[in-house]
Amino acid sequence: MKILVCISNVPDTTSKINFTADNTQFDTTGVQFVINPNDEFGLTRAMWFKEKQGATVHVATVGGQQAEPTIRKALAIGADEAIRVNTEPTDGFFVAQQLAEVIKQSEYDLIIAGRESIDYNGGMVPGIIAALLDINFVNTCIGLEIEGNNATAIREIDGGKEKIATTLPLIVGGQKGLVEESDLKIPNMRGIMMARQKKLNVVDPVEAIKATQDTKFDKPAPKGPIKMIDPNNLDELINLLHNEAKVI
Amino acid sequence: MSVLVYTESENGKFKKNAYEVASYAYEVAQQLKTTVTAISFNADSSEDLGDHGVSKLLQITNDKLKTFNAKAYAHALEQAVKKENATVIIIGSGMDAKYLAPILAGKLRAGYVPNVVAPPESTNPFSVKHTAFSNKGFAHTQINTETKIIGVSNNAFGVLENKTEISVAPFDPAVSEDDLSTKPIEVDKVAGKVTIADADIVVSGGRGLKGPENWGMIEDLAEVLGAATACSKPVSDMGWRPHGEHVGQTGKPVASNLYIAIGISGAIQHLAGVSASKTKLVINTDPEAPFFKAADYGIVGDAFEVVPKLTEKLKEFKAQNA
Repeated sequence: MKILVCISNVPDTTSKINFTADNTQFDTTGVQFVINPNDEFGLTRAMWFKEKQGATVHVATVGGQQAEPTIRKALAIGADEAIRVNTEPTDGFFVAQQLAEVIKQSEYDLIIAGRESIDYNGGMVPGIIAALLDINFVNTCIGLEIEGNNATAIREIDGGKEKIATTLPLIVGGQKGLVEESDLKIPNMRGIMMARQKKLNVVDPVEAIKATQDTKFDKPAPKGPIKMIDPNNLDELINLLHNEAKVI
Repeated sequence: MSVLVYTESENGKFKKNAYEVASYAYEVAQQLKTTVTAISFNADSSEDLGDHGVSKLLQITNDKLKTFNAKAYAHALEQAVKKENATVIIIGSGMDAKYLAPILAGKLRAGYVPNVVAPPESTNPFSVKHTAFSNKGFAHTQINTETKIIGVSNNAFGVLENKTEISVAPFDPAVSEDDLSTKPIEVDKVAGKVTIADADIVVSGGRGLKGPENWGMIEDLAEVLGAATACSKPVSDMGWRPHGEHVGQTGKPVASNLYIAIGISGAIQHLAGVSASKTKLVINTDPEAPFFKAADYGIVGDAFEVVPKLTEKLKEFKAQNA
């Protein structure tokens, strides 16, 4: 089985979000970039398929040279080979087209992407790839077993979960649950050393439509002051929730 | 070239979200000087969509589409888009909608923007405002393609009354074997429980509750309020509560009218995930908890004393205001 894990290079979850160049760009000053958390669960699940079922695991990202430490980390965790499409990931549709081309070139059986990247939250890359390549797709995937050509996936739905039967080739939008947080793989020294020897193929982007473009950013308006309520005066709280906030 | 809106229903009944996306679609149609066409999958009712601005309903009744199937639904929507010459498609932001929308975007080569919080800022060029960076910022995004898909954030626009004459037409899209190649075979869902996505009020517990055995008071409070229950990341990581209840940056987003955080200190990742909620109430023993800086109402106190008392008081309040 050949697996491709799609990796997005995103600001660490603790990052302060600021904008620059007259609020038209995300300010990367002082920001630490990491593997998108949703992708990390998928990568660890791919490692499981490698160990238990002898799968080959490639990782791919769309990004400039600054994305290389993140993709190297994926190699250090245990991926066999990496691909970097050398272009700025300007929008979700654009990224999906680039990755679809990578997938077409190598015919992967299973593609694991994250449900969404935690920066732009588009949540569209795996679904668009599925449509462009006409392959099966399971989103918000929290469980995945493969046997031969058959896949059983668990999808998180509003208020519960759903079991899905489908076949390869398959793309999933992964998230926490695909593996447990405590099972996430962290690179060890040997992995980091080995990653230096592994192949990192830099490929040119293909011609693609730019469906959307961010023109401006802004930050949420600052929050008004909090009203503190005495724990012995809950009637006051109920009164505020009812008459002021009008939420009960 | 009407505006097409995808309405979600469950057991034949429209979800509240269907009326919200219809209301949003009406606003877009006004801007584009056109009308709203809705599409429904196995919904029994139809007329009340007319209260929210829908002029025409394409009503699908098809046993093959009884359970949600993203690929098959996307194919049906694609056929409706072509039939109606629709250039703008409005969709919600529940898990099903976010599963379906990108497939449709890929099929139609359409620019798709999810998490939209306001009516279009302009229609030429077409530009919308949406949350980004897990609610730590907003982006204004221009859609360049001829066909556009807008995913409206839950509770961001609201349900508006726009009385409109509605006509209902049966719609029978082709459903191929290939459309059903991802088959749901088992659903595990607690019947009658309010989901985080649909809830007006969410009651959420954190590590301050000390253990899963203490969740009874969270559930009691949620029941009085008709609220959904949720939890912080450590709580789901420790297995006190199911993953599906984890809210925050890497969990589910919350956009309720009222979010009650009990024993949750308010890590930046948690705040990001819940900040779209309109009103936030925090109950915590630690007056220095960061969540107090991001909340509207706060109580410094022991949850084990405050929460049961609050539940009793709310019962009285509900009885009086019923």
